[in-house]
Amino acid sequence: MTLAARDADFRQRLDDIIAAHRDREGPLLPILHDVQAEWGHIPEQAQPLIAVALGMTRAEVHGVVSFYHDFRERPAGRHVLRLCRAEACQSMGADALADQLRAALGLDWHQTSADGRLTLEPVFCLGLCACAPSAQLGDRLLGRATLEKVRRMVAEVGA
Amino acid sequence: MRVWVPLDAAARALGADEVAAALARDFTVTRNGTRGMIWLEPLVEVERDGIRYGYGPVAAQDVEGLMQAIRSGNDHPLALGPVEDLPWMQAQQRLTFARVGIIDPLSLSEFEAHGGLAGLVRAIEIGPRRIIDELTQSGLRGRGGAGFPTGIKWQTVADAPGARKYIVCNADEGDSGSFADRMLMEGDPLTLIEGMVIAGIATGAVQGYVYVRSEYPDAIRVLEAAIGKARQAGILGPSVLGSEHAFEIELRVGAGAYICGEETSLLNSLEGRRGTVRAKPPIPALEGFLGRPTVVNNVISLGTVPWILTHGGAEYARLGIGRSKGTIPIQLSGNVRHAGLFEAPFGMTLGQIINDIGGGTASGRPVKAAQVGGPLGAYVPHWNFDVPFGYEELAGRDGLLGHAGITVFDDSADMLKLARFAMEFCAAESCGKCTPCRIGSVRGVETIDRIAAGDPQAIELLTDLCHTMKWGSLCALGGFAPFPVMSALTHFPQDFNGRNQPRQEAAE
Repeated sequence: MTLAARDADFRQRLDDIIAAHRDREGPLLPILHDVQAEWGHIPEQAQPLIAVALGMTRAEVHGVVSFYHDFRERPAGRHVLRLCRAEACQSMGADALADQLRAALGLDWHQTSADGRLTLEPVFCLGLCACAPSAQLGDRLLGRATLEKVRRMVAEVGA
Repeated sequence: MRVWVPLDAAARALGADEVAAALARDFTVTRNGTRGMIWLEPLVEVERDGIRYGYGPVAAQDVEGLMQAIRSGNDHPLALGPVEDLPWMQAQQRLTFARVGIIDPLSLSEFEAHGGLAGLVRAIEIGPRRIIDELTQSGLRGRGGAGFPTGIKWQTVADAPGARKYIVCNADEGDSGSFADRMLMEGDPLTLIEGMVIAGIATGAVQGYVYVRSEYPDAIRVLEAAIGKARQAGILGPSVLGSEHAFEIELRVGAGAYICGEETSLLNSLEGRRGTVRAKPPIPALEGFLGRPTVVNNVISLGTVPWILTHGGAEYARLGIGRSKGTIPIQLSGNVRHAGLFEAPFGMTLGQIINDIGGGTASGRPVKAAQVGGPLGAYVPHWNFDVPFGYEELAGRDGLLGHAGITVFDDSADMLKLARFAMEFCAAESCGKCTPCRIGSVRGVETIDRIAAGDPQAIELLTDLCHTMKWGSLCALGGFAPFPVMSALTHFPQDFNGRNQPRQEAAE
């Protein structure tokens, strides 16, 4: 696909997303969620277009994008592994598990593997405090996580 | 024969989907919420002669043998007997969670058969003034942490001038050790919807928003489906249950910011802005979402309203102690043998909850302390476990009830490390609006590192810093972060003294 065609495609899709939400009370977050679902991150060129459509400044939109942990300005790996680091998980050995896992995967927090398959992220509470420590890979949740269980889960999705 | 397997996120994290899929080959499987006995999840229930028998915790490889036992009626090593007779269930008084784990969360007929909608029907009958009277009489206080009387909040919004008002449900349950909101949204979402509609009728609001954290995809899915069902059934829409009241609910998903659990940050976020704190006054009840009068209540508060309307405020107020009326869904987690959700009237002591109900630590080691009320709650040392579970009672021991989560730690816990984590968390999640929180938390981490490195003067500095944060911060994030820090320092000074080796930095 030519660059121009891809550009037109991008504009069309973005316009659709904006149109779907712009009449809501407070449309920016729903728009950003959909943009991220579409492209895996918030593309830089989307921000001024969203700003114009909502009558905001670019700085305001960028301020929102950068404020929230969920929004990425660059794509993550194909699979995102999140490990809970909050207190309930800590009380059940989450820190040791995190150390083991980072060594086993060769990844530090927020890093993506060289082959682009896996990104490792910390998370503060998945609400699985009663079966700590917990982890999440894509949509899959893991309670009473161990190094063995996390590695198996990662292997199952081919990450 | 009917078989239940929970769809609750915790049960799913322990393999419930695999178990349900295996059982579905032979039985009709209903996915229910969890009973709250997370150590028994996945808990499979089978109905015989109108009684539900439990098996758990069931792994996928147990299913084959389990199916044979179910069909033949023979005994099985995982058999627990009638679920309602288990000590954990017997010791509770489940009002808010009465239906959770029992019904199919998305079945309107089961919801109604178990008392659903009765509160809303009565609310429509008695009208706004008497709804608020019932609520005030119940003594219900905001279960999200602040403990503000719900009746007064609703009265303020009802009295506020303005043609358009809002009901905003705070479902941004970000506190570690808290999962009651998630469990209610996944296990009985219609009760939350019912509570919000009642709030709308009471205050004159016709639009509600539920702001759910993005870390709860299961809750989002179930609640979205429940809103659709409620709309179809006329519980939502231009004429609620055929009455003259209109009410609509829209679900909004947060974007991973702890601070958005603070009500004014939540409102900014809902409006599509950075989730920074607003200075109060004006209070949201007068100038909330888009500057209009807004009720902001958390999931459990709103989810308790239908029970109060059905049974009367006086009935609710009979339970509890002092100014802590009714029941509280206690979330027991961390290093505890029986972790889960336990709903009981206020007033049990912390020791009863942790040792009798929770069965002590999961590791089998002695309990050292419990953090009560989330990441901003105090660490209560085991020698203070005689404190009764109530708002004023905990405050009297420099603690807070918060969202009623209790996270248990055994004697291997390093209190300096936990205090450092509290400051680090505050630094990472500060919205940046006020200096004591934004700068204080960063300096707090540094100061704790100095203590760890053996600088005794840093203890005094940390104490002073905590004082500044407590009294100078705009909201509870900076204002309450001193609770975990100072409680750890006060009760466990030995964990702070005598360290002269530089500590390993935390991972981030």
